[in-house]
Amino acid sequence: MDFLQPSSWDDALAARAERPDALPIAGGTDVMVELNFDRRRPGALLDLTRVPELREWTLADGVVRLGAGVPYARVIGELGDRLPGLAMAARTVGSPQIRARGTVGGNLGSASPAGDAHPPLLAAGAQVELVSAARGARRVPVADFFAGVKRSVLEPDELIAAVLVPEAAGPQQYCKVGTRNAMVIAVSAFALALHPDRQEVGTGIGSAAPTPRRAPEAGQFLAGELNWAARTPLPETLAAEFGRRVADAASPIDDVRGSAAYRRHSLAVMARRAATWAWDDLRRAA
Amino acid sequence: MRVTTTVNGTERTADDVWPGESLLFLLRERLGLPGAKNACEQGECGSCTVYLDGEPVCACLVAAGQATGREVTTVEGLAEGGRLHPVQEAFVEAGAVQCGFCTPGLVVMASDLLERVPEPSDPEIREALAGNLCRCTGYEKILDAVRLAAARQAAR
Ligand SMILES: Cc1cc2nc3c(=O)[nH]c(=O)nc-3n(C[C@H](O)[C@H](O)[C@H](O)COP(=O)(O)OP(=O)(O)OC[C@H]3O[C@@H](n4cnc5c(N)ncnc54)[C@H](O)[C@@H]3O)c2cc1C
Ligand code: FES
Ligand code: FES
Repeated sequence: MDFLQPSSWDDALAARAERPDALPIAGGTDVMVELNFDRRRPGALLDLTRVPELREWTLADGVVRLGAGVPYARVIGELGDRLPGLAMAARTVGSPQIRARGTVGGNLGSASPAGDAHPPLLAAGAQVELVSAARGARRVPVADFFAGVKRSVLEPDELIAAVLVPEAAGPQQYCKVGTRNAMVIAVSAFALALHPDRQEVGTGIGSAAPTPRRAPEAGQFLAGELNWAARTPLPETLAAEFGRRVADAASPIDDVRGSAAYRRHSLAVMARRAATWAWDDLRRAA
Repeated sequence: MRVTTTVNGTERTADDVWPGESLLFLLRERLGLPGAKNACEQGECGSCTVYLDGEPVCACLVAAGQATGREVTTVEGLAEGGRLHPVQEAFVEAGAVQCGFCTPGLVVMASDLLERVPEPSDPEIREALAGNLCRCTGYEKILDAVRLAAARQAAR
């Protein structure tokens, strides 16, 4: 096995193109578990932690360009105001040690249906920037990034450069069900983003389908029913109906962490609560 | 491959490092520093916690090569001039050590907390130690130890 350690983005892309057998490693919180347990023996590790571009975030035209290698701890510390949904989700990841190393790019790279970064990125309408030395950069909406259980549209010669996340225009929420308050893979998860600027509701479901996914019909339904102008209270029946429609958008399975029925039920509850909390926040802000 | 890294203030070099091996293996098996413990090798227990460039991380989840040119501080590097670190002293006095396997990780985590938050609330202590498992103590004495170290630090 080789250890490739590029110190620039161009060198990283060149290494990725030359060595299809190399496994990129960022925080290592997924990769090292696989190596430690002999589940994977790549021909090389491609260490991305020395590529400065991946560890930066910038803001332009209301969009945060979050480098793939920015760890959760920095999302929480530096972006809680601009990307509240993602920061809330980041706070639920693992433990302080995991949040110090684990990155949003690595979460996308693993493409687990339970990845906590995915639902808020879906709700915010984020895009993933993928780059190869041969073909340059392309941008994929997060909703089109996931291709199946732990699979994505990332090509073997591509690296994830960044995620482009619109700055929050309204309140956002993230809810996650697990057996304790730390160190849990979500049994189910739900993210919501209110977009009062265009009167839309963004949604993201985690751990309740083969891939993270949105609940577009439920979002459109709620956006159509909300009184955006007068911001009157959200009736409980409406919130509950939204919850049911979110649950209908999932296709969960039974597994060791929970049953399909419980996943649907908890999604309905989380969606109802998230909508109520976010709408109340918006009303208070007015 | 060869890995050179600064450990507890001293530059250390190891040869014949397998590229897929962890920083934890490097520290324990090649550099003779058995303080950080190996219990789960999957980030769940925190017993391997060390500082990497000033930040507590699970050494089992860092590839050894990723530590090249970085600064690592292990539990062995906390005591100064033969005197225990205040957090270590507090662990001993509060009875927070039983089998001791989790202790190095907890001591590193607690010392980081007290550097950042000199007078932590109970929820802050619990949050900081959420990634460290202990099978013996039931955690109460560990919380006592952190409170004791914080109180002493405040009094100084
Ligand atoms: C104890 C523990 C608890 C955890 N808890 C949670 C949790 O609560 N929620 C959660 O979502 N996850 C959790 N995880 C999983 C993991 O921490 C996350 O998926 C994290 O985001 C992975 O990021 P990383 O930088 O460590 O990725 P790595 O392990 O370095 O890489 C992960 C994958 O992404 C690829 N990759 C990384 N960067 C790039 C890039 N720039 N371009 C292309 N491919 C890339 C790698 O090749 C690999 O396939 C946990 C893991 C552990 C060990
Ligand atoms: S041995 Fe590293 S966290 Fe358990
Ligand atoms: S003292 Fe035995 S595991 Fe904590």
